[in-house]
Formats: sequence, structure tokens, C-alpha cells
Amino acid sequence: MIAEIGHYALVLALALALVQSTVPMVGARLHDPVLMNVARSTALAQLLFVGLSFLALVLLYVTSDFSVANVYENSHSLKPLIYKITGVWGNHEGSMLLWVSILALFGGLVAIFGRNLPLTLRANALAVQGWVATAFYLFILLTSNPFLRLANPPMEGRDLNPVLQDPGLAIHPPMLYLGYVGFSISFSFAIAALIEGRIDAAWARWVRPWTLVAWMFLTLGIAMGSYWAYYELGWGGWWFWDPVENASLMPWLAGTALLHSAVVMEKRNALKVWTVLLAILTFSLSLLGTFLVRSGVLTSVHAFATDPTRGVFILMILCIFIGGSLSLYAWRASSLKQGGLFAPISREGALVLNNLLLTTACATVFIGTLYPLGLEVLTGERISVGAPFFNLTFAPLFVPLLLALPFGPLLAWKRGDLLGAAQRLYAAGITALVAVAVLWAWVRGGSAFAPLAIGLAVFVIVGSLTDIAERSMLFRMPLGIALRRARGLPRAAWGTMFAHLGVGAALIGIVCESTWNTELISTLKPGDVAKIAGYELKLDDLGQRQGPNFGEMVARFTVSESGKVIGTMTPSKRSFAARAMSTTEAALLSRGFSQLYISLGDTAASGAIAVRIYHKPMVLLIWLGPLLMAFGGLLSLSDRRLRVGAPKPARAARALQAAE
Amino acid sequence: MRAIIQGSSPPGRARLRVWGKSLRIVSAVLYFALAIASPTFAVQPDEVMKDPAKEARARELSRELRCMVCQNQSIDDSEAPLARDLRLLVRERIAAGDSNKQVIDFLVARYGEYVLLKPRFEPQTLLLWLLTPLALGGGALGLWWQYRRRRFGAEAAAGERLELTAEEQARLEKLLAAQSVEKPN
Repeated sequence: MIAEIGHYALVLALALALVQSTVPMVGARLHDPVLMNVARSTALAQLLFVGLSFLALVLLYVTSDFSVANVYENSHSLKPLIYKITGVWGNHEGSMLLWVSILALFGGLVAIFGRNLPLTLRANALAVQGWVATAFYLFILLTSNPFLRLANPPMEGRDLNPVLQDPGLAIHPPMLYLGYVGFSISFSFAIAALIEGRIDAAWARWVRPWTLVAWMFLTLGIAMGSYWAYYELGWGGWWFWDPVENASLMPWLAGTALLHSAVVMEKRNALKVWTVLLAILTFSLSLLGTFLVRSGVLTSVHAFATDPTRGVFILMILCIFIGGSLSLYAWRASSLKQGGLFAPISREGALVLNNLLLTTACATVFIGTLYPLGLEVLTGERISVGAPFFNLTFAPLFVPLLLALPFGPLLAWKRGDLLGAAQRLYAAGITALVAVAVLWAWVRGGSAFAPLAIGLAVFVIVGSLTDIAERSMLFRMPLGIALRRARGLPRAAWGTMFAHLGVGAALIGIVCESTWNTELISTLKPGDVAKIAGYELKLDDLGQRQGPNFGEMVARFTVSESGKVIGTMTPSKRSFAARAMSTTEAALLSRGFSQLYISLGDTAASGAIAVRIYHKPMVLLIWLGPLLMAFGGLLSLSDRRLRVGAPKPARAARALQAAE
Repeated sequence: MRAIIQGSSPPGRARLRVWGKSLRIVSAVLYFALAIASPTFAVQPDEVMKDPAKEARARELSRELRCMVCQNQSIDDSEAPLARDLRLLVRERIAAGDSNKQVIDFLVARYGEYVLLKPRFEPQTLLLWLLTPLALGGGALGLWWQYRRRRFGAEAAAGERLELTAEEQARLEKLLAAQSVEKPN
């Protein structure tokens, strides 16, 4: 019964999406507020019904109803409750249902918080949102229905892929989808603006918070996924240039560019045409990511879905939306008026440079991900594009980007003073040089580039602090006044600082981890001691433990540093009977930002066990960086001007009349 | 020291037999999941070369070579048997005195371009390698052109603004006339 309710609710949501995608648009054409307001109620009703449908699937998983094919395929009655729930989106059908639920959530949020939007803009944007929703409801109902029943219900489920039985699954996909799908809002607004042929600074102010929200979640989602891979896959890597990772990195790069160009549009009414294009491209890349992952066209670490009918369906959605929106752009973009002029050396100029480098980086990831596919389709020749390619092409783009980064916030709008900005960055430059010199003198081994890269990161960090220090007149006024000034700065300025700090922090982590990472591969017997990076790890014993749906072998290590015990580590190897699979559970011990990492290998007949031990210096900064970036986004989101909303000339005029 | 008991679950095995057919359908997925999940390692302790310099070279080369049965993994990361064979092969060639290029050529001759994670610069990979500089250069050029066009456009527009069309001129005069009538009031 629950499955049928869920299925029916999904069909109703499709019907509502069809209404939402047509009626408001007709209303906007006829200037009929009643028809336009249909968008609001249908968006909310759609959210209700998809929510119901999603809830139904969750209930089916929680109650382990194996008469439903999807539940049988991906669940097990002995699975802990949290994995029963997260298992809902640990498979193709469920994750698509999560996708549309989040789409409906964003539509609902626009309906609720979009009261101050011009009626036609809201109607058109929600209608576009309705098109996207319609396409994906059809996709789910026609090719990937999670509510299909089995004729002969089995007694027990096939269990979820053990690699996915991890808290990471509870956080990573929802975050990622909140990001991916969140960009649909900026897309819908861009299309609405093209349809209306009108776009202004107020548009940017409405779109920016939505982009910011999506970007924050995508940042956190990618970082979370990276950390998950790091501790779960057992070889200590955190980024693999895997096509599925690239699929999420592309919208992130485009979205980051969009965030920055929207600033120019909001403040200076310039770069309109470009911003609209970026909004379209960002969501198109999200759709492309969905296609790459969901169609199984790239079989990779994450792709647990392979079925050509689905692939062709998503490819059609992709072609219609990307092709349609780009055609509309080509047709209507000329109707958007260009705004404010600016000199190349100016805040706008810096943000344009940011956009140029980020979109080039995005194009690099794009070609590296899709080239092997294209070449194979066209010539049948198979090539591989992996980490060494990206290290050579993608990474160098970040050198000019990061060098220019501290200058951006210090330049004035319209026409900036490069020399003045450089003078204010003296302190940052000197600190960076000192850092390079110290590292060169002290640290042995590793690439000669490493100290330079860390110097660059220090420059970014001190540079972003410089902006706040300058604006609050720190060191030039008494401390009390400076602090008061600092508190009075717009939250957006603080947001910028934290986000840029995050970039520097992440770079330090990446460079330290990849340069000074030490590794020890060995076979140990209980009582043996392994030494790495000044730590001593003694294997105390090996034991057996029984989990809810797995058995595991646990090794216990006592870790000591110069004779003093600092902790124990218990890496383990789990075997899951239902799928006859096993996973490694690495043990991590953090010391400051550095980590010790142990994962277990095979046991030998002699009772010895193969272990891989890593010391990863500063590795936590890799994920602390994105956390800082997202925190910056959050601060920026709470900025007064976004809370207050866009200026409303109409209401101001009315207020004046009232005063008369 | 406690004895190590290998975990196993008979009921699970029995179910697997029953559902063996459907299992085969997803065997590719399973194979791959096993490949990442199986807790054996890439470089085994017995593979390591005695000369640290040569070992470092072997590791460096391994990172650029793909394990062909895995998904996007280098032979340095992969624990598949094939990756082990390739690692040993690389070390064998190094021990025999091959240069890095000779090792790579040897492997490409044997396994094709697919084995390289960093494709060679060749006619069919031209676009792959050149897109980044082209995008950067093209973007910069486009921006410069746009900037020039807009600057001159703005200057031209500034010049044009002085001239009104006949219609506008008439409207302006009408407005001015209306204002001058109003003014005395």
C-alpha cells in the first residue's frame, strides 16, 4: 500500500509540474496575476507530493518491505537503521527520487521566500523549474521507478553495497545534490530573464543568494566525498581525477565563476550577458554530471548504475535543456543591455580574470573527462586520461589565479590602482617569501616547487587578511576603534576573507600531503613495532568482532611518540556475508592537522598481517579549506543587503506618495 | 596473541547461490566493487626494489600507468593481479637498465596507448592537450577585443548622443515650449 501511495504521489507531482511549467508562463504573457500565482501554489503542492513519495520510499526501506524490487536489491533486514534510511539514495532509482525531491524543495523555497520578486520573473522562473521537474519525473516514472513490486517477494534483501554502508552516504549525496540541483534556480532565473529580455542589478541580487546556497552545499559535498574516499577506500588518496569526481568538480568551478561574476553584475550592472551564460552553463554541467553518473557511460568508482535506456533518456533531457537554453541565449542575449564600463585594472577586471581562469580550468576538466569517450566513439581508439594529465594542465591555471586573488578585493571598482594594492600587499608578500625561505632551509626532500606553492598559499592567506585589516584600519587606528570598524564591516567582506582563507588552507594541505607524505608497507606480527615519521606503532593484537550485518577482524595498535603513549588505533577489515564482499576500515589518528593512517591487508599463514601505514602531514587542511569556504559563503549569505532584499523602486515611489 | 578466525556466514552463501543468476547480471559492478573493497594492497612488501633511486623511478612510472582492468586507477594504486604483474614488469625493465622512456615505449608497444594515464602528444590527442592554452588565449583575446570594441563603442556613442532624430527634436521642443508656458505661473 505504501509503495502504491508513493508511486501515485509521484504521478500527481508530475501532473502538478506540468501545470507549473505552462500556466504561469501563459499568465506572464497575458499579465494575469491569478495565472502567474498558480506557480506558487503548484510549486508548494509539488513539494508536498514529492515529499510524500520520498517519505513512502524511506518507510519501505525502514520496514524492509522486500516485495518492492528496489528495497530488495539494496537493503537487508539486519542493516542498522541509519543505513536503511541512507540506502534509499544509495542506488540509482532512490537517488533520482532524492534529486527531484531536492528540485521540488528549491522550487518550494523560491515560492515561499520569493515574495519580493517581480511577479512575472517569479512565474517564469518557477515555470522553467517546472520543465526541469517534468523531465525528471518522466525519467523516473518511465525508466527508474523505485516503487515496482516483485511478484514473488523474497525473504531477505540483497543488502547495500558495503562500501556505501558508511555515515558518508548519509551526508555526501544529499549535500552534493543540494549543490547540483540548487544551481537549477540560477538557471531558471537566467532563462526567465532571457524570456523577458530584461535583466538588471536587482536580478543579480535575487539570484546571488540561491547560487551561494547551492555553491556552499556543493563545496561541502565534494569535500565530504573526498574525505569519505580517503578513509574508506584504504589507500589514503583523497582525489583521483575520477570521471565521477570531475562531474561534480565542473559545476563547482563554473559555479564559483558564477558567484564572482554575479558580484560584478550586482554592484556594477556589468557582465550581464556573461553571467546569464554562466548560470546556464553551471546547471548544464550539473545535468551533464547527472548524465555521466546515472547513465553508467563512465563506469567508475561511483557508477553503480548501468542501463542504456536510462542513458539515452537522460541524454535526451540533456540535449533538450542545454541545446534549448543555449539557443534561447543566442537568440535573446543581444536584447540584454550592457551596463557599466570598467578599466582592465579594476575590481571588475580582477573578477573577469578569475572567471577566465576558472572557466578555462572547467574546460580542461571537461575535455579531460569526455575526450576518451569521444575518441572511442569516433575512432574506436582507447586512451586514458588520468591524474598526470590534470596535474600538468589543470594545476598551473591556479598559479595566476591565486597570485591575483589577494589583489582583487583591494582594487577599486571601475578603475583600480595596481601599485597601491601591491603596496598594501607588502606584508603578505614578505610573509610569503619568509615562508618559502624557511621551508627551503629546513625541509629536506620533496619537490622544489613545494616551498613555492606553500609561499603562494601564505600569500593568499595573509592577503585575504590584509583586506579586512585595511578596511578596519588595523595598525593605523587605536585597536578599539579598529575592532569596532571591523565589526561594522559588511558580512560579505568577512565572507570573502574566510572563503579566500579556505583556498590558501586547502592549498597548504594539498602540497604538504602530496610532497611530504610518508608511507610504510610491511607485514607485522603481534608485538612488532613499526616506525614512521617519529611515531612508533606497536601491533598489540588481532581480534575478531561481530557487527550487525558483518564480521570484522580488528588490529589494535598502540601509538607512541618518543616513548610516550599518545593513543590507540584500531584498523579493521569487514566482511559482509550478504554480498560476499569486504571493506577496509582505516584507522585515523589526528595530531594537529596531520594524521596517521593505517589500513590492513591480507593475513599470512604465520599469523602476520600486511599493513600500510601513512603519515600525512597537514592533510586535514585539505578539508578544512572547503569548510572555511562554505563558512565564508554562509557569512556572505547573512549579509544585510541579502536579508533586506533588493531595492524596490516601486514601493519607494508609493512611500513618497503616502508622505505627501 | 589471539587466534585469527576467518569470518564466514553459511546462510549468506546459500542465498547467494539462489540468487546467483541475478548476481551474474551485476557481476561487472560487483567485480569492480570488490576491486576497490578488497583489502589487499597495491605495492607489496616483496616488490620493493633494493636500490631506493630505482624504486623511486619505478613508483614514479607506476603512477603514470593505468591498470587496464580497473577503473581509472594507476598500477601504483591498484591491487589487481594485473597491476602487480605490470609493476613487476616495470621493475624488471628498470633493473635491466632501461630508461624511463624505454620502459614506457615497451609497455605501449605491448598494451597500447590505453596504458598511459597521461596520453602522448599525438595527432589524435591534439585537441586534448591544446584546449587549455587555446581556451585561455582565446578567452584573453576575446576579452581584449570586447574591451576595445566597448571603449570605442562608448566613445562613438558619446559622440552620437549629441544628435537627436527629427522626431526627438520635435518632442523636445514641444516639451520645452510647454515648460516655458508653465513657468510664468
